[in-house]
Amino acid sequence: MSDKTTMRQPLDEVPPPAVAPLDPRLLVREEGLKGYLTEFKRKLKGGELGSLPVILALVIIWTIFQLKDSLFLSSANMVNICYFMAGTGMLAVGLVFVLLLGEIDLSVASVSGLAAAVFASLSVTHNINAWVAVVLTVLTGIAIGAIHGFFFAKIGVPAFVVTLAGFLGWTGLMQWLLRGTGSLTIQDKGLLHVLGQRSFFMNQSIAGAYILATLGVGALLVGSLIDQSRRRSAGVPFRPTGEILVRTVALAVVAYVAAYVLNKSAGVPNALVIFLATLVICDFVLRRTTFGRKIFAVGGSIEAARRAGINVAMIRIVVFAISGGFAAIGGLFLAGQTYTATLQAGTGNLLMLAIAAAVIGGTSLFGGRGNVWSALLGMLVIQSIQTGLDLLNMDQSIQYMITGAVLLAAVVVDSVSRRTQRSSGRA
Amino acid sequence: MSATPVLALRGVSKRFGAVQALTDVELEVHAGEVVALVGDNGAGKSTLVKTIAGVHPVDEGVIEWEGRPVHINRPQDAQGLGIATVYQDLALCDNLDVVGNLYLGRELLRYGSLDEVTMEKRSRELLNTLSIRIPSVRIPIASLSGGQRQVVAIARALIGEPKVVILDEPTAALGVEQTAQVLDLVERLRERRLGVILISHNMADVTAVADTVHVLRLGKNNGAFPVKGTTNEQIIAAITGATDNAVTRRLARNAEATQ
Repeated sequence: MSDKTTMRQPLDEVPPPAVAPLDPRLLVREEGLKGYLTEFKRKLKGGELGSLPVILALVIIWTIFQLKDSLFLSSANMVNICYFMAGTGMLAVGLVFVLLLGEIDLSVASVSGLAAAVFASLSVTHNINAWVAVVLTVLTGIAIGAIHGFFFAKIGVPAFVVTLAGFLGWTGLMQWLLRGTGSLTIQDKGLLHVLGQRSFFMNQSIAGAYILATLGVGALLVGSLIDQSRRRSAGVPFRPTGEILVRTVALAVVAYVAAYVLNKSAGVPNALVIFLATLVICDFVLRRTTFGRKIFAVGGSIEAARRAGINVAMIRIVVFAISGGFAAIGGLFLAGQTYTATLQAGTGNLLMLAIAAAVIGGTSLFGGRGNVWSALLGMLVIQSIQTGLDLLNMDQSIQYMITGAVLLAAVVVDSVSRRTQRSSGRA
Repeated sequence: MSATPVLALRGVSKRFGAVQALTDVELEVHAGEVVALVGDNGAGKSTLVKTIAGVHPVDEGVIEWEGRPVHINRPQDAQGLGIATVYQDLALCDNLDVVGNLYLGRELLRYGSLDEVTMEKRSRELLNTLSIRIPSVRIPIASLSGGQRQVVAIARALIGEPKVVILDEPTAALGVEQTAQVLDLVERLRERRLGVILISHNMADVTAVADTVHVLRLGKNNGAFPVKGTTNEQIIAAITGATDNAVTRRLARNAEATQ
């Protein structure tokens, strides 16, 4: 219709400059509390659920287990959950990167098992310095991921198939490394000492947990205030001070309660500290660097990314290398739990748990949406279920079924929210 | 008009398998000139644009930039020279917000991290000068209407301070008011001494803003007309192939004589 109208205009007649009225369809956020409420409702209707479903799920899970067993919310059990989620969580962090591209890495569990074997054979059999062995192990993981990425990005084999082949191949390599003995005992030194079950931040000092909580809360408050003042002086919309305070107080409540609960037992496990530090760094990389922006762009539209001059193949290779690196780090974490590299490392449902954690936390399987904090939230859910079922002496068969159901529920939420977003023009 | 064209194509050919998409195509764009590229569907307009933008490297022929022959093999090469392209299919990332899309591939940095504040400020300024109204520069592209996406895509092309802007069917999806805005925008680009290649099916748009009209037919040049002194019928005849060859030959001869 509009084209026809333009066509019919006499060619030599310049159309009168139209005074454009404000488009009534423009979304303008209202001021005050009501504004937040309407914004929240609009997002909910549009399918932008964010972390809401996973936090709800966590509350439900904790309530159920606490009712079944009063030990569940005890300090010792919380320390357990926090300690044991770090290893699988590291795999989930790497998977978040891959999922943001809209791809999948099925090899992470097998690479983690291989990493434990590589580390053990380097440090024990070949007597290499424990720290050097850690570096070499992580480099091995990165190289393996880069190989996957190469076959995916350059040769064009679907990532699903490449990493499935890797899943089998790297398990084989691990078994070859451990041939004969079947398992190797790792010494309690170097990084692996820090990752042990009895290694706590600042040697179980009460202050340790509170220092960490204060650091986190302080960083959020200072960062938000600096951002606000920069935005104000640049004349672009900024977060009102009230909102910053509400967010800071919310984080402070969570952080200090967590610190208090963990302190009642032994404090903050060092594995959790490393996990949290990793999340902060990865979050910065994804949200505040050009590299992170490129990952989101490739996950959103490959064609748009390519036309913007982004080297799509390179991004893919690097992302799979990151996934491989985190798989190796996760493998070291898991090996640190028992100080052994065994044939069983990286087998079982480890892969499914890592994928489930990333997806449950809110990172979309369809690419382009998500953040690394989903690895933390998802792992809290997964580890709570596992620990809770262990407390109730449930058989592993039940654990598998429940974890499977939770994974399915998470993917259903992801798919439905994506469909809602589509129908309200947001995906 | 400057003597050396900022961008010139000399005898460019492109083949996809058995299809000869472009044959010996010539094109010149001067600074401050709006060149309209017209032709029927499948005439090779989009292919020509993609060779200039570095999506498909040319098989034969030379691309000259400010008089020097250059090789454009990748989109980055074209960007580096100062060629910005707005494709028909826009190619925006639905999951990124408006600011993220505007600065995609040339993000501003501050201490090594993304300078969101400056990018947002400049985005707002740019959109204001182009009198583009969108709900918010922080809204994902997925939430915008087709017309809003088009203006964002054009604004995106201007972020990198290009010397030549290629617009592929910029008004095809737009309403009357937005079409007028885009055409105003094209004239503003000309005032800023940019070379503009405008691909359009809409003769009214072409004659309203273009200086020269190049007609492509079946992958070959089929005449170049100055907009002043050419009727729509002549251009449409060249597009459809119903050209009186004598006329075009005389025009071409006259053009050569005046040069």
